[in-house]
Amino acid sequence: MEKLKKLTSNHLFLPLFALALLLVFNAFATPGFFTIEVQNGQLFGRIIDILNRASILIVLSMGMTFVIATGGIDISQGSVIAISGAVCCYLIGGAADGTAKMPLLIACLAAVAVCAVCGVWNGLLVSKLKIQPMVATLILMTAGRGIAMLITEGQNITVYHKPFTYIGNSIPGSPLPTTIYIAAAVVLLVILIQKKTSIGMFVQAVGINAEAARRTGLNVTAIIFIMYIFSGMCAGVTGLMESSMISAADPNNAGLNMEMDAILSVALGGTLLTGGRFYVGGSIIGAITIQTLTTTLYALGVSSEQLPVYKAAVVLLICLLQSEKFKKFVERKSTSHKKAVKQA
Amino acid sequence: MKKNRLLAAFLASAMMLSLAACSGGGGGDTAGDQTADGTKDASDIVVGFAQVGAESEWRTANTENIKQAAENAGITLQFSDAQQKQENQIKAIRSFIASDVDVISVCPIVGTGWDTVLQEAKDAGIPVVLVDRGVTADPSLYVTHIKADAVKEGEKAFNWIDEYMQAQGKTPRGGGDQFQIAILEGTVGSSVAADRLNGFSTAMSGSPNAAQYNIIASQTGEYTRAKGKEVMESFLKSDGDKIDILFACNDDMALGAIQAIEAAGIKPGDDIVIVSIDAAKGAFNAMIEGKMNCAVEHTPNLGDILVETAIKIANGEQVPALIEVEEDIFPADIAEQELPNRTY
Repeated sequence: MEKLKKLTSNHLFLPLFALALLLVFNAFATPGFFTIEVQNGQLFGRIIDILNRASILIVLSMGMTFVIATGGIDISQGSVIAISGAVCCYLIGGAADGTAKMPLLIACLAAVAVCAVCGVWNGLLVSKLKIQPMVATLILMTAGRGIAMLITEGQNITVYHKPFTYIGNSIPGSPLPTTIYIAAAVVLLVILIQKKTSIGMFVQAVGINAEAARRTGLNVTAIIFIMYIFSGMCAGVTGLMESSMISAADPNNAGLNMEMDAILSVALGGTLLTGGRFYVGGSIIGAITIQTLTTTLYALGVSSEQLPVYKAAVVLLICLLQSEKFKKFVERKSTSHKKAVKQA
Repeated sequence: MKKNRLLAAFLASAMMLSLAACSGGGGGDTAGDQTADGTKDASDIVVGFAQVGAESEWRTANTENIKQAAENAGITLQFSDAQQKQENQIKAIRSFIASDVDVISVCPIVGTGWDTVLQEAKDAGIPVVLVDRGVTADPSLYVTHIKADAVKEGEKAFNWIDEYMQAQGKTPRGGGDQFQIAILEGTVGSSVAADRLNGFSTAMSGSPNAAQYNIIASQTGEYTRAKGKEVMESFLKSDGDKIDILFACNDDMALGAIQAIEAAGIKPGDDIVIVSIDAAKGAFNAMIEGKMNCAVEHTPNLGDILVETAIKIANGEQVPALIEVEEDIFPADIAEQELPNRTY
């Protein structure tokens, strides 16, 4: 009993439990859900699809985790994704013979750099000018798609340059999609920085009480500023993967509402939206859970119009489970029930 | 009381005076515009056109085509780009009324909210022609509506598939005696999306070979490449070895789906017959590569018919209340020779 309590009180318990529940459900409801085949030297199956798309969300949610940990939020991520794709595809160009105007690496770096600038803008508004994070990032959320559209001149740029497609799909000869490696690299980087520096602790201190953190000598402004830049860069990398996946820049639809999925992953992972303690591992599992949910609903033949309703139901459930009041309410109910049983 | 009556008399006379002024001006105009036999010369006709904006390649081609047609016919075109805002279109129509053009044409951004401004045009005696999209206003407020028939596009898609499957002597990949069809629907709630789908399914149920076809999966891909690819991946995981035919309600979804099909080790255009609607350049490139079988045109080339109709209206001729444009269908074998003629 003690052990069980310890287990359930672990912050990773809830997200893992939700994920396990979905997987078990799929084992029965979706035939061939866990089947993985090898096709042209590449692994092929629903699980790989989930990991492939979840990887994109994981990268995005890394940025979101740290911004939320400082007590902020970045709702401009989706638009920044569109900007990233637009910059990269514009630089490579849509030549039908597959030649690139700019080398792929330079185009990618430029796209991420532009997104870092977007992060600088957000960071400036939030940390220096003390505008509420939701409002500050709302500005770029609204303007971002317009900027992306200006870059692509209102058109979708289709890129025929072969190496560009490797980012969101797979490099020939690799059994796994590239997105999984990219996500692993980003996560590794985050963990390494957390282990080797005290940034994680600083962020937490800022999130719990910015004023107290300032009085202990932390440069709160700089910490918040850097986290928004990091969030912008994460969105930039996500944008590269998103646009490479369809080999095109689609300013209208790239990353649409993805920031909401990122927020959801973070919340699912047990990080409170009020800031403070954050769980990188939780966000990763949260992202995988969301993608598993999406894929499950597709597998069941639910139309994507109804998808948000199911997602909403899951979010509600998880929020309830995380709510202290709700927990106490359930406990009270169950103890009074036990008492009633005893008395009888 | 006396004062009121005086005021009424004054107002009435003022109205009469202004009316006289109006008709006087109008009369002068017609006298100037008309040639000896009473018909207007094309060079005397002024058409005001309120376009949506430049949100897609299709729209840009539409604009170019209308401008070109006006130039060829020698009529004067007053062009206004509304940048996807209805208020801009309303402003444009008011300015057309003020400059007393012969015909106003508009491609309404949304269906509602047109009654007032169309009434103003009617009161000014200027006929209105709707292009492409429709309005919910009273049909007496406009003369005619020029558009493509989305239901027919869906019908054509099925009929082509039916003919092709019979001519090629194809047999269902998954065995059995039915071809399995997967459908990527457009955005739910869009009338064009619903019409295309309806056209397809009515043609299918009305076909003498109806028993040979079965819709195995149908979900919305939201008109985007990314969703088209994701949903197709899911279709393939469930029924990858059975799907014979893919019908996509627009090109973009088909292009996304082709990537998913290739990744699954299936040959698009061969194992799975692919048909989509729009017939933009991207689809032609895919057909030339042999990855798609047929594209049904959704033509932006409404210019010639618009100009022709406008000249008729300006000369007082009767035109039908609904003018449907003829649209082509492009099987893969003529894709290469047609590509240079494509404008979008």
